[in-house]
Amino acid sequence: MLGEGIIKGLAETAKNFFGSYVSKERLTTVQYPEERIAPIEATRDFPFLVYDGDDWEAGLRCTSCQICEKECPPKCIYIEKSKDKKPDFTGRPQFYPARFDIDISVCMSCQICVEVCPFESIKMDTEFELATTDRFGGLLLDRKQLAKSNAHYHKIHPTEATLVDAHLAEEKAKADAKTKATADAAKAKAAAAAAAGEGA
Amino acid sequence: MLDKLDQVFVLLLHWIVGFLPVFLRPATSVVLCVVTIVCVFPALFAICVLLERKGLGRIQNRYGPNRVGPFGIFQPLADGVKSLTKEDIVPLSADAVVHFLAPVVLVVAAFLGFAVLPMGRNMVLVDMDTSLLFYFAIGASTELSVFMAGWSSRNKYSLMGAMRAVAQMISYEVPLLMSSVVVVMMTGSLSLVKIVEVQNQYTHGLPHWYIFTPWGFAAFLLYATAGTAETNRSPFDLPEGESELVAGYFTEYSGFKFALFFLGEYLAMLSISGLGATLFLGGWSAPFSFLTWVPSWIWFFSKMMLSIAVFIWLRGTLPRLRQDQLMNFAWKFVLPLTLANLFVAAAWRFMGEGWLRWVVCSAVLMAIYGLMARIGMRREHLGPRTYRYAE
Repeated sequence: MLGEGIIKGLAETAKNFFGSYVSKERLTTVQYPEERIAPIEATRDFPFLVYDGDDWEAGLRCTSCQICEKECPPKCIYIEKSKDKKPDFTGRPQFYPARFDIDISVCMSCQICVEVCPFESIKMDTEFELATTDRFGGLLLDRKQLAKSNAHYHKIHPTEATLVDAHLAEEKAKADAKTKATADAAKAKAAAAAAAGEGA
Repeated sequence: MLDKLDQVFVLLLHWIVGFLPVFLRPATSVVLCVVTIVCVFPALFAICVLLERKGLGRIQNRYGPNRVGPFGIFQPLADGVKSLTKEDIVPLSADAVVHFLAPVVLVVAAFLGFAVLPMGRNMVLVDMDTSLLFYFAIGASTELSVFMAGWSSRNKYSLMGAMRAVAQMISYEVPLLMSSVVVVMMTGSLSLVKIVEVQNQYTHGLPHWYIFTPWGFAAFLLYATAGTAETNRSPFDLPEGESELVAGYFTEYSGFKFALFFLGEYLAMLSISGLGATLFLGGWSAPFSFLTWVPSWIWFFSKMMLSIAVFIWLRGTLPRLRQDQLMNFAWKFVLPLTLANLFVAAAWRFMGEGWLRWVVCSAVLMAIYGLMARIGMRREHLGPRTYRYAE
């Protein structure tokens, strides 16, 4: 019969209306500034720079290779290479970013910088309360604002961070083995040379 | 004492006017009444907006506005301040004069409708013999302002919205009028005061409201449908369908002019509810004879607010119609039913007292409704569409 659907719909909405006063479970919305839902693990919005240890400046993983700057589709990353070098996590001397800015008003959260980074140094953050009264300076984050500890990374993306740590440990082990092998080879060579000298 | 309360506004008016010299009295009393109407209904508009937002929220299992003041009751105030402080933008290529006049005309036309509504015993601004006719004549001028807004904005969305609005409002004006005509037939008067007086009688404690007759019930439903469409309310809100037309005819309006459109829409809703209450729900008369001691204006305004609640409920329930569905519904379903209802009402009038006319009229109306519904809901076989491109 014509009109039956309207009656059914009206009954449904009436049920919702009165039900929302009776049962709290119906109200699925969260009163945001006071209540918050923890973000799911896959949440990601803007990039940040990971550092190891306690000192953000010394521990930055970034070697300022500038791949992310070149790959960034909206060109929102600005990097200045340092003049000197500092040792990275394997102990090898590397460049570091003297300046690393991301304009998050331009960033489109595509995560390409994360994908291209060979040093696992740039990752996606979950911080979304980035509103500011200054729309130019306030949205241009410098390297100090971007630097966040590995512990923070573990907190926001635990699974991913564990994988990254394992990968880095593997790299380090490989590098260590290599240095050890070269050292051993050098030692053996030196020993051989010494032996040859003695023999001569 | 209760009589005094019933007439409190009338007595207040007489008391104030009593201080003035005789030749000033008629003009002053009119001005005072107008000022009251111009203050009371925007206040009701604010309440309606709050109730609507709250109600829709609850229907969708949300809280609705709850930030400004306790339970968000000052939300309309915040909205008002916001719309007043916003920049008033007039498009460069718009017709500035018409663009400015459109919201003014809309609000004025909406206010004029209240002039003839009896809001309580002896509480009517102008007691015309043809007040119903006056109401519909004024109501038709809202179409003009809507089209003025759409045309002067020089925007495709505005124009589309205005075209839709005009098509819809003119189509639904016909069933709106036709469904009200039965009341005029029964009362024998176009005066709204008279119509309420006729309904203000009781048998066995129950009122003689027109909604409690078969033709009156049918006419009320048809009136409600047409009234919803006439005020551009959901599910008939095609002129301002935001998912298709940004905001329809008031796309290019901002700041206080936008607020005026909003006000005009709600005033139209309030006045169409008031007229519906007057025609079918006995205006200011009490629903039971033992409740007649309650002041008449309380009944009128509660009936009005009840209609608003139903409007909100419908908005929270029904999805928007498509343009062809809207037009088909008006011309192929609502209009034939109103015409049939005219004959049923005539039959009721000439069948005399007794149970027979109840049975006959109800049966005829049900049969016509069933038949029309069957014809309307018949599924036509839809084949693949063929297009022919313009050459």
